[in-house]
Amino acid sequence: MNVRRITMRVNGTARTADAPHHLTLADHLRTALRLTGTHIGCGTGDCGACVVLLDGAPVCSCLVLAVQADGREVTTVEGVADGDRPAAAQRALVEEHGLQCGFCTPGLIVRMAHAARHGGGEQDVLAGHLCRCTGYEGIRAAWRRLAAEEDGR
Amino acid sequence: MTAVAFAHTAPDTLDAALRALAAPGRTATPLAGGQSLVPLLTSRQVRPDVVVDLTGVPGLTGITVGPDRVRIGAMTTLRTLERHPELAAALPVLGRAAAAVAHPHIRRRATLGGSLCHAAPAAELPAVAVALGAEVVLRSLRGTRSVPADRFATGAHTTVRAPDEMATEIVFPRTTGLTHTFHELCTRGATGYPVAGVCLGLRTDGGRVRAARVVVTGCGDVPLRLPGTEARLTGRPVAGPHPGLLAALVAEAAAHGGPEDGGYRAEVAGVLLLRALADRGEGAAR
Repeated sequence: MNVRRITMRVNGTARTADAPHHLTLADHLRTALRLTGTHIGCGTGDCGACVVLLDGAPVCSCLVLAVQADGREVTTVEGVADGDRPAAAQRALVEEHGLQCGFCTPGLIVRMAHAARHGGGEQDVLAGHLCRCTGYEGIRAAWRRLAAEEDGR
Repeated sequence: MTAVAFAHTAPDTLDAALRALAAPGRTATPLAGGQSLVPLLTSRQVRPDVVVDLTGVPGLTGITVGPDRVRIGAMTTLRTLERHPELAAALPVLGRAAAAVAHPHIRRRATLGGSLCHAAPAAELPAVAVALGAEVVLRSLRGTRSVPADRFATGAHTTVRAPDEMATEIVFPRTTGLTHTFHELCTRGATGYPVAGVCLGLRTDGGRVRAARVVVTGCGDVPLRLPGTEARLTGRPVAGPHPGLLAALVAEAAAHGGPEDGGYRAEVAGVLLLRALADRGEGAAR
């Protein structure tokens, strides 16, 4: 099996670990780096539970090979909060009941936190994220609250 | 799931990439944006010995808008197609069709060349390439050849690309004299896989169709150009009425074979075509 030692900057810290060439970034984050906040739902790019920021842009980490992230910057849901203080996206989801089982939530938090800074319409922000519990109403309300807070700053 | 173990190589020159693809005694797969290939790897439907990652190969991205043609590097992302002002002015249908693909996370990494080489039967960009009369430039150690888009896909997920070849560029003529639009119906869901779509090219005069190009997605194994439907449209008022057009389209598409539910998909494509004509007719009347 082909293995490469790769280093990426994860949530602000350089992390070096061996990665089999055929492993996805999502698998690498969860197994080698023990960052299990990133969830793997479908493995095909449909559900969005595994979304992380790669060099600052949201991507499905199940559709990127770990070796492709060598030397690059990754932000996972664990890196969104400000220490023990939840991020605004996390607070908005809690306030508006934007989650139930929580499986899709890590990807949504990463996506919403990114969109709050870089802009995006409601349709665009929720595209690429499946939630089987909420019917999306709570998530949409959370996004509107978050967007309004960002506008108020 | 986890892919069957393979070796990943990321060449930093085109020549090195071509050599990696041509290495004897092992199967090699080019990796573009990976948005379709990685799931095929992890579901073990594709089991190459080597994955040749083209991300670091220089010269494969970018859009050059010339007077007669638009040249687009095969590794240009759909996001770039969506947001390129010069392309939007020259061939607006390309950016609009790119924006209809999947969702933003996917479009940020998915590439034009990858979409054409993946050759999904309902994919948007292969159909637009056929409608516009594009050519796919293929390179290998053996040389360079250019394949018309309507002869590129040979079936569902199969193309004329040889294992040692890779797409480097797609060339779109600007001289068709037609104005193209793209319409599709997607299933509900985050990704929204298309059921069927239609790329309609029209040249009109006084509210009448002078020339038409109709290419449908999802109804066959490859994008289907429908010359019979085009002929029925020619000379008709754009806004209609178009009696019998839908049935004629369904019959013409059915003659190509295709998926089991191809008849339903062709009806969807027919309705999309009628809506597209109604939209265009309204535009022509304004």
